[in-house]
Amino acid sequence: MSKTLKKYFPIFVLPTLLAFTISFLIPFIMGIGLSFTEFRTVIDARWVGLSNYVRAFTADTKFIEALWFTARFAVVSVVLINLLAFPLALLLTRGIRGTNLFRTAFFMPNLIGGIVLGYIWQLIINGILIALFGVDITFSAKYGFWGLVVVLNWQMIGYMMIIYIAGIQNIPKELNEAAAIDGASRSQTIFKITIPMMMPSITICTFLTLTNSFKLFDQNLALTNGAPGDKTQMLALDIYKTFYGRVGWEGVGQAKAVVFFLLVAIIAFVQLRLTRTKEVES
Amino acid sequence: MKSKTNSIIFIVLVILVILFLSPIFIVLMNSFKGQFYIADAPFVLPDAKTYVGIKNYINGVAKINFFHAFGYSLFITVGSVLVIVFFTSMTAWYITRVKTKITSALYYLFVFSMIVPFQMVMFTMSKVANVLRLDNPVGIIFIYLGFGAGLSVFMFSGFIKSIPKEIEEASVIDGCSPIQTFFSVVFPILPYLLIGNKYRTIPIAVQFLQGGYGSRDMGALMAMLVLSIVPIIVFYLTCQRQIIEGVVAGAVKG
Repeated sequence: MSKTLKKYFPIFVLPTLLAFTISFLIPFIMGIGLSFTEFRTVIDARWVGLSNYVRAFTADTKFIEALWFTARFAVVSVVLINLLAFPLALLLTRGIRGTNLFRTAFFMPNLIGGIVLGYIWQLIINGILIALFGVDITFSAKYGFWGLVVVLNWQMIGYMMIIYIAGIQNIPKELNEAAAIDGASRSQTIFKITIPMMMPSITICTFLTLTNSFKLFDQNLALTNGAPGDKTQMLALDIYKTFYGRVGWEGVGQAKAVVFFLLVAIIAFVQLRLTRTKEVES
Repeated sequence: MKSKTNSIIFIVLVILVILFLSPIFIVLMNSFKGQFYIADAPFVLPDAKTYVGIKNYINGVAKINFFHAFGYSLFITVGSVLVIVFFTSMTAWYITRVKTKITSALYYLFVFSMIVPFQMVMFTMSKVANVLRLDNPVGIIFIYLGFGAGLSVFMFSGFIKSIPKEIEEASVIDGCSPIQTFFSVVFPILPYLLIGNKYRTIPIAVQFLQGGYGSRDMGALMAMLVLSIVPIIVFYLTCQRQIIEGVVAGAVKG
């Protein structure tokens, strides 16, 4: 079949490939090229070598601060989201009545867009902070940090829970039964059978939470917009502001974007390598 | 014993769900309060003094031209989902079934595009779109096809790998062309709702309510948040089974 099918490349692949080339490949390659130039409108690009990269790190400390903030945020979010989603998945695979309704409810926030999520939580967090301390979220970077953690948790716990549930349901029943016959306790079963058998789901979930928290933008823009004084600004928001907030900095913005891309790519690659080696054959 | 622990878990879960969904209800509740009563006491139910009925909704709809944004949102969302499902499923089938260097290179290129952050192509993509006159609703659908291709080709490929080849070969022996085979055998069993989250335009309109000069209308903001969540929730509750299957298929089989 694949021989006849081979001739159908123009019909099956070309439309997607064309759109992909125009809206991803060309902009991506242009983006790398432009990071070595100074430009306002692309056509007026002038080669400046590595100076954009140097400026990104040395002209001010914003990029490095954003990097540090993002790294801390990503670590905290990945740990929290997975530590909360996994037990939830365990609870929801015990055949308790209403399980489907619970799943539906926990997954729901995931479908709400990032900007809207940010505003919803801004109202709530400000309400709590004003009642307790008489200040709002822009008062301290600490509030902004934990605010963002809460927002991303709220958005992603349900999603990860669904993936974990599917993973748990894929574990052959015989394994659990054999463990029960051998007299394994509940926690032994979880640590010796469930978790090792779930490594593929854990790989996927850490990958998704890690890249999503690193690339976070909408929620950051809506919840704090960097306040106070760009101290809660993550990498994506910093790049956005460098592009559209400062004339003459477009090249620096593009250079920051390239660094950002490399970081995300390296992290994704290393993380996949690390967790893949822990997976067991089922 | 077991039923007792299960009842305790049940009660814990009920409390968790109430906490989990309370933000949505708090926004809903505040959308009926006067704009100056929201920030100070967001957790208090509206009373005779603070209740303003649907005034916030009327204000908000007028301010951001909500129905205009909603129309755009609907057109772009529905249009791009249809286009993406149609074209990327064909592509995924081709590159899964035809094994050449080109198809495997394409597969890795699509996967690669998934990890590239949007900011990397944000500026250049909008320039390219401008030059090619793609800055209109139909053009945006085309852009979404290109930018969403990575994720959905990846997900569809994962699914297609799990379909036995024999079914397709039988249909070829019966004299079907690859196009007929794809649309009569493969396409009907694909999970369509893989690509949900393409819901953009209204949130951007909501962003305008933020307004400069620190003078934002909290009431209108709450009302518009409610209006932008409602369509998603309705959509989700009607096709939740497919959405959740889509998430699972994408994560586990991919």
